Amino acid sequence: MPGAPSQRQFNPYSENGGTILAIAGQDFSVIAGDTRQSEGYSIQTRYAPKVFRLTDRAVLAVNGFAADGNMFVKNVKQRLEWYRHAHAKDMPLRAIARLIQTMLYARRFFPYYVNNILGGIEEDGTGAVYSFDPVGSYEREACRAAGAASSLVQPFLDNQIYYKNQLAATGTAHPAHLPLPSVLAIVIDSFTSATERHIEVGDGLEIFVVLARGRSLQGLEGVKGMSELTTTDDGERVFVVRRELKKD
Amino acid sequence: MFRNTYDSDNTVFSPQGRLHQVEYALEAVKQGSAAVGLRSKTHSILLALKRSTGELASYQQKMFRIDDHIGIAIAGLTSDARVLSNFMRQQAMSSKMVFNRPVPVNRLVSTVADKAQVNTQEYGRRPYGVGFLVIGQDQSGPHLYEFSPSGNSYEYYAMSIGARSQSAKTYLEKHYESFADCNLEDLIRHGLHALRETLQQDKELNINNTSIGIVGPASEHENGVPPTGPFRILEGEKIDAFLGTMIAKETEAPAAAPAATGDEDVQMAE
Amino acid sequence: MDHFPTSWGRPRNDAIDAYGTYPIAQRPYNGPKDAFSEGVQHTQQPIVTGTSVLAIKFKDGVMMAADNLASYGSLARFKDVQRLYPVGTHTVIGAGGDMSDFQYIQSMLDELMIDEFCAQDGHTLGPAEIHEYLAQVMYARRSKMNPLWNALLVGGVKDGKSFLAFVDLLGTTYTASTLATGYGAHIAQPLLRSAVETHEHELTEAQARQIIDDSMKVLFYRDARSINKYQVATITAAGSSISDSITLETTWDFAEGIRGYGAQTE
Repeated sequence: MPGAPSQRQFNPYSENGGTILAIAGQDFSVIAGDTRQSEGYSIQTRYAPKVFRLTDRAVLAVNGFAADGNMFVKNVKQRLEWYRHAHAKDMPLRAIARLIQTMLYARRFFPYYVNNILGGIEEDGTGAVYSFDPVGSYEREACRAAGAASSLVQPFLDNQIYYKNQLAATGTAHPAHLPLPSVLAIVIDSFTSATERHIEVGDGLEIFVVLARGRSLQGLEGVKGMSELTTTDDGERVFVVRRELKKD
Repeated sequence: MFRNTYDSDNTVFSPQGRLHQVEYALEAVKQGSAAVGLRSKTHSILLALKRSTGELASYQQKMFRIDDHIGIAIAGLTSDARVLSNFMRQQAMSSKMVFNRPVPVNRLVSTVADKAQVNTQEYGRRPYGVGFLVIGQDQSGPHLYEFSPSGNSYEYYAMSIGARSQSAKTYLEKHYESFADCNLEDLIRHGLHALRETLQQDKELNINNTSIGIVGPASEHENGVPPTGPFRILEGEKIDAFLGTMIAKETEAPAAAPAATGDEDVQMAE
Repeated sequence: MDHFPTSWGRPRNDAIDAYGTYPIAQRPYNGPKDAFSEGVQHTQQPIVTGTSVLAIKFKDGVMMAADNLASYGSLARFKDVQRLYPVGTHTVIGAGGDMSDFQYIQSMLDELMIDEFCAQDGHTLGPAEIHEYLAQVMYARRSKMNPLWNALLVGGVKDGKSFLAFVDLLGTTYTASTLATGYGAHIAQPLLRSAVETHEHELTEAQARQIIDDSMKVLFYRDARSINKYQVATITAAGSSISDSITLETTWDFAEGIRGYGAQTE
């Protein structure tokens, strides 16, 4: 409208770059994110975690507007604490997934500007990944990438996890689930590649691994930069692998 | 039953300067089964006796987790305790939300005491019918507090509340000087001995009627405790090892009950 | 626009409600809450502004610097403004952006620290707690679409740990061993990073001071909203101190030799 009075409006959102990804295995789940936080062409910090352990069997990765993301994680953690007070146990993964959808949709008209990926172990012992859009639509998947380099990483995962555009050798079938060492290799390759091609990805990599109850380490014991976050070995176990990424 | 003249409203003092409703609330605490708290240089612990209404019923809940670093044991009305523990949980989480700091134990106890005090002064309210022992750890080490429905709170080396808690107190007063340097196992043994004093003649502490709450590093009988030593409640099989450390009691004459103090407002009726 | 479908009403049922009065009374109202709300304005832009704040970690703590200028647009309006502010004994905050909002933040923190002091129980708020508090306030205000228009640095030492973090009008937070707000994030931050990153634990106070002084000088030469007068805050386990204003010696002879702009085409 020419001539109509206009006012510059305060924009309550920003984009802080970075990428997250999660892959579900048969009895494990891997959730990873880079640690760079940026705004425009400026790197704000080289270490701002985007992946958070919620319980011994649930890990949440949050990507998008960092202030919303941090506040959202804080709120989810408080809701889980109330659940712990009321029921004296941790909330099951599928319940956390539904909780997250409800919390996101509650802000339908002033959304949290974030993409969430929840990974962990279901009550039946299977590895699971749930992915969400900013207003709460969600589904359980085998793998998902989100964030700045999702358009680079997701096609790679489609090919490597879902075997899209690959034919199995005659007389064989594609495996339904990959072993943990293969998944870790794919995760690391995804991030080194995204770091090469996307300016908002880099600096550091944090890979969380959630193992189902009573499982062996499945090759995780030899991985460099690995440390365990859980203190008991009679339930699900959470590990984190920290790696450097290029800083340019 | 007995009746007082100045007890229909807690905003009215008796001519002796007492608030009878508040004192009745303190009686409600004494109706509840006993809870004992002790503190060493490294740990604070709670022990409580759980009642069951009968063979078919479960045992009552005597301990509540407030946050990773704070827990309480209650004596009195469990429903009032649920309300107050919820309030304390809110306070603890608000401190985490606003300052990213675990709430200091003394501040939490003062806040809940202030809340209870309001009910001793305002028209149309009743005091809470529950007392707490609060244990927690913060920058200044482990702590033990007592909260009472009169709105008072005090810090203690060791304390007991609830039915026949005077007997436990007598035990604690006799031994408290050694508590500071006790290891966790010895501290719990002292606690169990004190709690045992509150039992009726033919009863014993067992894995069903005893709860143990701990803040501080893990005991040799525990496993899977994080190195920060957060508050945890031990019940059932987990306390078997601790009950095993108790030293059998010599049969001795029960301590004489303290003489009742004079009360000029009270007209006793059989 | 009221986005709640429940507020849009529903088709009228003439058989029951001939005049369509239902459910006016129960309908949730999402419009302005008082008669004067049209007249209430929220900050849409900063007015009197401060420029960059710089801060780095060094061996014994944190060092922070900001100049003394508060600009009114391109006018150098106030030339003796302190943009570093001590909070308690072991924390200093520094602010860029709107100076009146910053003064409001100062009074808010004063009130908070007085409440904390009055508890007299040995528990104090350190830099990490103050930063978290500020982040909550800034995020809450942006969520009301009524931001405090600042970029803040919080630095300090508590229990032997040094702390340095950022928070801005959106509630965005981060920590790093070198931080800079505003123009400094573009001009000084690369200098600070190359001087500090990986040897935060070896830098002495004197070396840190040199890095800060050099960076402030570069900023004065390059940032048109800066002034050659600034203060430096040093926070160590011993406490915080904010220096008197320092005036930079600068030379502009080289400008004589510059050719290629405006009238000086030769």
